[in-house]
Amino acid sequence: MSKIKLPSKPPRIDMTPMVDLFFLLLTFFMLTTSFKPQEAVQVDTPNSISDKTTPEKDVITVFVGKDNKVFFNIDNGKDSSSHIRRKVLVKVAEQYKVKFTPAQIKRFETLASFGMPIKDMPAWISATDPKVRDEMQVGVPMDSLNNQLEMWILISRNENSNAEVAVKGDYASDYKVVKKVMDLFQKYNMNKFNLTTTLEKVEVKL
Amino acid sequence: MAEIIANEGGGKHKGKRRAKKLSTHIDMTPMVDLACLLLTFFMLTTAFSKPKVMEIALPDKKPIKDPPKLDQDKVITVILDENDKVYYYNKLADPAKLPLPELVESNFSKDGLRKLFLNRNKDLFAKVANYNDSIMKVKDAMPPDTLRSRIKAMGKADKVGPFVMIKATDKAKYGNVVNVIDELAITNVVRYAIVDLNPIEIKMLEAKKNTSKP
Repeated sequence: MSKIKLPSKPPRIDMTPMVDLFFLLLTFFMLTTSFKPQEAVQVDTPNSISDKTTPEKDVITVFVGKDNKVFFNIDNGKDSSSHIRRKVLVKVAEQYKVKFTPAQIKRFETLASFGMPIKDMPAWISATDPKVRDEMQVGVPMDSLNNQLEMWILISRNENSNAEVAVKGDYASDYKVVKKVMDLFQKYNMNKFNLTTTLEKVEVKL
Repeated sequence: MAEIIANEGGGKHKGKRRAKKLSTHIDMTPMVDLACLLLTFFMLTTAFSKPKVMEIALPDKKPIKDPPKLDQDKVITVILDENDKVYYYNKLADPAKLPLPELVESNFSKDGLRKLFLNRNKDLFAKVANYNDSIMKVKDAMPPDTLRSRIKAMGKADKVGPFVMIKATDKAKYGNVVNVIDELAITNVVRYAIVDLNPIEIKMLEAKKNTSKP
């Protein structure tokens, strides 16, 4: 009787297809991901059944946080070579006589939402420590004596007349504040608002 | 791991002596590890669902010369107050016409505002639901945008649906305002407005609060 030899090598599994798949997925995710700059606040939006998606470009966004702080954001527009952010910043700075260096203005274009008085902005743009930056986000002033939010809205509106308005309010923020923001937009004839919400399906039958 | 395995003939072949083949094994383990790592990273950081928005159009602030007359019977006024409290009353509160309508406390559950709106908006709701069903039976009959605008047109043509006034006090939360608008969207109510409270309503609210307290 001949001895049955056990195979000396352990059975190998050909992993090539798996690896192929990995790379395929990897490529897919790498190409579809777009990194968003960090937003100034974490906003817990209310739910709704609306399934309309947020417009991607040409949006003026006002964030209202849990603590009723207000933050502002505007994008560069459909054609990013129009540098709307830059123009808006320069114009607002002119109004309040705040000086920005060219480097700061350039850096501002890549940033996201902000919420601070304009005089603190140069320091915020230059700051690198995320903790310091977060601490500077105290909300855009919008009281009647010093309504910087209104200035931002007015100038953004002038620079990008196609812009839509998005209001991203926290569930627990006061309606009073959101109303104040919407009133400001209405003052400049922007009567259509996109309220950012989280999709929640609801089944209703009679 | 993934390797190219050269076929080794084994010892069965007798006779001709073969030159020993050097296997071309490349150890791909590190590469695969890295690919896995990156894949996980991108999968976790990708947010597929873009945030959704609810569109509302507010009326122009400019005063209108002659405002359209409201049919009293259709009006429902929803009043939002602090601590997620919500009240509603039917018809209009007119100090010249006593008694004032009764303020009813409601809530955001299925049997609260939704039931109220659904009851008042039965006709349109049924119409839209039927239309939706008939469209859904035929696959890809209509792009969602077209469907949406058709339904909107049905709402405009509707004559019996209620007119809802949403009034929020200064202490109301923004989330509740959105909740009410959402309830309206769920029940297909098309006519609504966000308005400020008037003095009579403030009084009614005070009175209601006082009576509900022990």
